[in-house]
Amino acid sequence: MIEYRSVAKTFPDGTEAVHDFSLVLPSRSTTVLVGSSGCGKTTLLRMVNRMVDPSSGQVLIDDADVASRNPVELRRSIGYVMQHSGLLPHRKVVDNVATPLRLGGVGRRDARSRALAALETVGLDPTLADRYPGQLSGGQQQRVGVARGLVADPNVLLMDEPFGAVDPIVRAELQQELLHLQRDLGKTIVFVTHDIEEAFLLGDQVVILRKGGEIAQVGTPAQILADPADEFVRSFVGLDRGRRTLRIQEVDGKRVVVDADGRAAGVLA
Amino acid sequence: MTWFFDNLSYIRELAWRHLWLSVIPVVLGFVIALPIGYAARRWRLGGKTLLSLASVLYTIPSLALLIIIPGLLGTSFLDPTNVLIVLTVYAVALMVGTAAGAFGSVSESVVDAARASGYSTWQRIVQVELPLAGPVLLAGVRVVSVSTVSLATIAPLIGVSNLGSLFTDGFQRYFATEIIIGILCVVVLALLLDVLWVLIGRLTMPWLRVRGSR
Repeated sequence: MIEYRSVAKTFPDGTEAVHDFSLVLPSRSTTVLVGSSGCGKTTLLRMVNRMVDPSSGQVLIDDADVASRNPVELRRSIGYVMQHSGLLPHRKVVDNVATPLRLGGVGRRDARSRALAALETVGLDPTLADRYPGQLSGGQQQRVGVARGLVADPNVLLMDEPFGAVDPIVRAELQQELLHLQRDLGKTIVFVTHDIEEAFLLGDQVVILRKGGEIAQVGTPAQILADPADEFVRSFVGLDRGRRTLRIQEVDGKRVVVDADGRAAGVLA
Repeated sequence: MTWFFDNLSYIRELAWRHLWLSVIPVVLGFVIALPIGYAARRWRLGGKTLLSLASVLYTIPSLALLIIIPGLLGTSFLDPTNVLIVLTVYAVALMVGTAAGAFGSVSESVVDAARASGYSTWQRIVQVELPLAGPVLLAGVRVVSVSTVSLATIAPLIGVSNLGSLFTDGFQRYFATEIIIGILCVVVLALLLDVLWVLIGRLTMPWLRVRGSR
């Protein structure tokens, strides 16, 4: 379980990224922080592994304040997947994946075999292992990033817009695989995105943020859609545009779901 | 040409001395400039001062430096150490700016990623920033190397012989052949050293040889 207690962050240049944020993120489930750029979502994510230290308030993992942990040790115990993969361009793919293990003191050979296994888990061809990141496509690099995040089998996985920079088809593929992986692995995932569709797809708990890390609404995707807290949320999730207000139409004896503009969205099974 | 072959062993001896009189300062200069360059990069305000200080060093006339140093360090006037020190000072002066630029060329997001992966500061500097600064550092070493080989030719003026001796000697005897051969030898030596640095770069930075990789 991850818990934010009245967390605030003002950067040295005076920007107040987070004003007063409190939230509990249940274990073994995915919490998605979603909001426009500048809402403080990445700052909140980076507080978990002390890439950012809060100006006030506490962040706790399993009831222990992260501030009491050595930041380097803490980061090694937490998986981190970022936008643009964050791979080291001068290390081979397999060495990139093995990095968290090697830093944690795992022997070279053991680390390599576990890294190869992790590459397989994320659906990458083992022949790519000895290439450099620059030789891979954006989607492949992102998979390598996920493999690196998972290789040390951390309980907590932080994902900062991990699929933001890949094309929509690959993104959809990666999202499905993450769902699949999460069913097997049951990590505590904190996922940051500005894409509400992605948030609803991946999140067990979705947190919609306004500027300054102010929570507009927390809930499951269904709860948010059924009972949006206010106009901001309605508009953010698209309830104001008719795309989400679906109704059923009978066509040739089948029940077709259409949106407010009459465009078909699917068929009732 | 006959003069060249007649004096081959003498020239080889001079070239050998010239080689180590150049390589040692280049290597020392590189090693000393690395931390200074890194520091200059990190501490923005002090960094500027450091960098200007380094360029001021470069403006000190070499002969003056060669004469001051024995007085400062108590070395004998004819000691080759004086030459090594002077050349090292110039190598550092040239290299500090490059080193600062080289560390500056490392992508912030990669450094950030390394931090997030749990690299300690030291591990990050040595295993991530240093290798990624490599290409720019290599370019700097190549410049310093050429300049050092050429600058080293002043050593005979204070009694330390090397390929520069062919200049002073040829000049005193009005013997053009010796001077020309001296120049050619210095150029060849500089080129050979350059090839060495490039080879070392290739061996230590294999990821650069891969097509489509940064």
